[in-house]
Amino acid sequence: MNGVWPWIAVALLGAYHGVDPSMGWLFAVALGLQDRSRKRVFAALFPIAIGHLISIAAVVALIASAMGRGFVWLRPLGAIVLAGFGIFRLRRPLAHPRWVAMRVGFFDLALWSFLMATAHGAGLMLFPILMAIPAGAAPPMPHHHMPMPPPVGHLGPLTAALVIVMHTSAMLLVMGSIAIAVYEWIGLKILRSAWINLDTIWAVALIAAGLLSLVI
Amino acid sequence: MALWKPDPSFYPSPRMAAEGPRENLAYVVVFNPDPANGRHDALCVLDTDPQSSAYGKIVGRAEVPNVGDELHHFGWNACSAALCPYAPHPHVERRYLLVPGLRSSRIYIFDTKPDPRSPKLIKTIEAAEIAARSGYSRPHTIHCGPDAIYVSALGAADGGGPGGVFLLDHDSFEVLGRWEVDRGPQFLGYDFWWHLGYDVAITSEWGTPKMVENGPDLDLLTQGKYGHQLHLWDLRRRRHLKAFDFGPEQQIVLELRPAHDPTKAYGFVCVTVSTKDLSSSIWMWYREDGDWKIRKVIEIPAEPADPALLPPAIKGFKAVPPLVTEIALSTDDRYLYAACFGTGDLRQYDVSDPFNPRFAGAIRLGGIVSHAPHPKAGALNGGTQMLEISRDGRRIYVTNSLYGPWDKAFYPEGVRGWITLVNVGAGGKLTLDPNFFVPFSGERPHQMRLEGGDSSSDSYCYP
Repeated sequence: MNGVWPWIAVALLGAYHGVDPSMGWLFAVALGLQDRSRKRVFAALFPIAIGHLISIAAVVALIASAMGRGFVWLRPLGAIVLAGFGIFRLRRPLAHPRWVAMRVGFFDLALWSFLMATAHGAGLMLFPILMAIPAGAAPPMPHHHMPMPPPVGHLGPLTAALVIVMHTSAMLLVMGSIAIAVYEWIGLKILRSAWINLDTIWAVALIAAGLLSLVI
Repeated sequence: MALWKPDPSFYPSPRMAAEGPRENLAYVVVFNPDPANGRHDALCVLDTDPQSSAYGKIVGRAEVPNVGDELHHFGWNACSAALCPYAPHPHVERRYLLVPGLRSSRIYIFDTKPDPRSPKLIKTIEAAEIAARSGYSRPHTIHCGPDAIYVSALGAADGGGPGGVFLLDHDSFEVLGRWEVDRGPQFLGYDFWWHLGYDVAITSEWGTPKMVENGPDLDLLTQGKYGHQLHLWDLRRRRHLKAFDFGPEQQIVLELRPAHDPTKAYGFVCVTVSTKDLSSSIWMWYREDGDWKIRKVIEIPAEPADPALLPPAIKGFKAVPPLVTEIALSTDDRYLYAACFGTGDLRQYDVSDPFNPRFAGAIRLGGIVSHAPHPKAGALNGGTQMLEISRDGRRIYVTNSLYGPWDKAFYPEGVRGWITLVNVGAGGKLTLDPNFFVPFSGERPHQMRLEGGDSSSDSYCYP
């Protein structure tokens, strides 16, 4: 698996986090409703995206560093962590971060988003994708030809940064669109019917990704 | 188990809750005022579906295994607060009722599924566990919070103070510990609620177990030793922010009813009796220019009465105190109801302008002197006490007992328990339902919880 697909996967994963109400858009809408201000909805999106970005970046940096040192057990270890976390989420489906605060500033929101993304294992899911990105790769350009990847590649700082930014941009775009649409037109009644149990889907996906990362 | 879609009884806003389906069942706790006879307290199920052949009848009863618990207030494991944006867990179920024994300090946990008419006891939290992990005893109010289940407690394990709040894990129901990080000057406890939109909690004051369990102590009362303060807390940091003192003559500060709309920063609290003139009062707390303040908004005077008709405790006053011991706020924050355990009045106030409540009507049921009748039962004893308003604000369920040892002081003949229903018309007009009357024999009902939530069970994070 190489070429453009890992990049699409990185963006789709970001979009998925953008859709999940517990990752941020719902908090942005709540803050807007509390202050009766559309500006507040917009203003909340950026610290939420930054907190998410930091959480993702920490995991990507860890993986990149292990890849850089040629850590041979990275693949099985990552697979175990992923699948193990997925199993925990399935076994404790009601576990959630304990946060009680609605009056939040920029720093609070970024911290909250960091905690939510980390507790969710948002960055972990990037593991199999990172394993599939060719060494020193950037999104493939039409005029550019990529060398074949080694089995456990090397993740350059530029590629790592691209992964993080692409993921977070996709998340911010989707999260922002939903937040504004719900705030302006749709209303919160949608929560009652459309808020499917993404946590269970996510837990199963974590386990699947763990297994997948062994074969990619 | 987690659900695939949010529990349908969770509503983002109070407005949506009011539009939901009506309650077909209600849960009510009954206690045995004379534990020496060995009868167990119970969680009963009342049919409230007018289409049902058993409408207005008790259709289920689950007894607790011990005697003398005095079941009193209770609450759900989960409610609309599960939709709060910062700690969402919408796929839990509103399923378990947590029922504290106010005297025994046990908390019984009943499962209302698979058969809502036949709740099953699935777990008992013993007093010793609560004491060991939180230091508290006499659990009272249960609120399903965004992050845990919050329980207020009247006092410490030895029957003294301080009273406070402790937390239960809302998945495993384990006692997580004391809630307060810094309690400041707060010592007495009773009720607890919050403004989720403002990150503040409020607590009120009754007395420690030693001060209340042997009936009202007239010396403590005349000396102003029962609770006369309201406490404001930082909900996030669990720290005391401010104490509001109503004055030592304002005795026994009970039910807290914050506005349901999380953008509104005000609420109401009742003071049972003024030692100056036996009046009851309702106070409002509110936020203004970033600061929290209080003011008295309602005063209900005592009614002159023939001393021959009064119990020994109040004979000398030649008047019936209203004894407002319960207030309830409709889900739309439009009407505030006050239950006068002394006179029997259920009083309705239009609080559209919360600073200027407008008296809108009253219905009298029981009462120390008047024994106001119900068409189905004749003269009633006990008086209007616990109120539970349906989410749509159209029905108010009423029970008539205050608290075992205190019932005696005001109704020495003993309280014969009953539940009845007051309907609220489209324009707010109160009418007593002539057919809905549930009598009890040898036991007294206290708080009720309506299927799918009611006006005092849920907190909302969205307006």
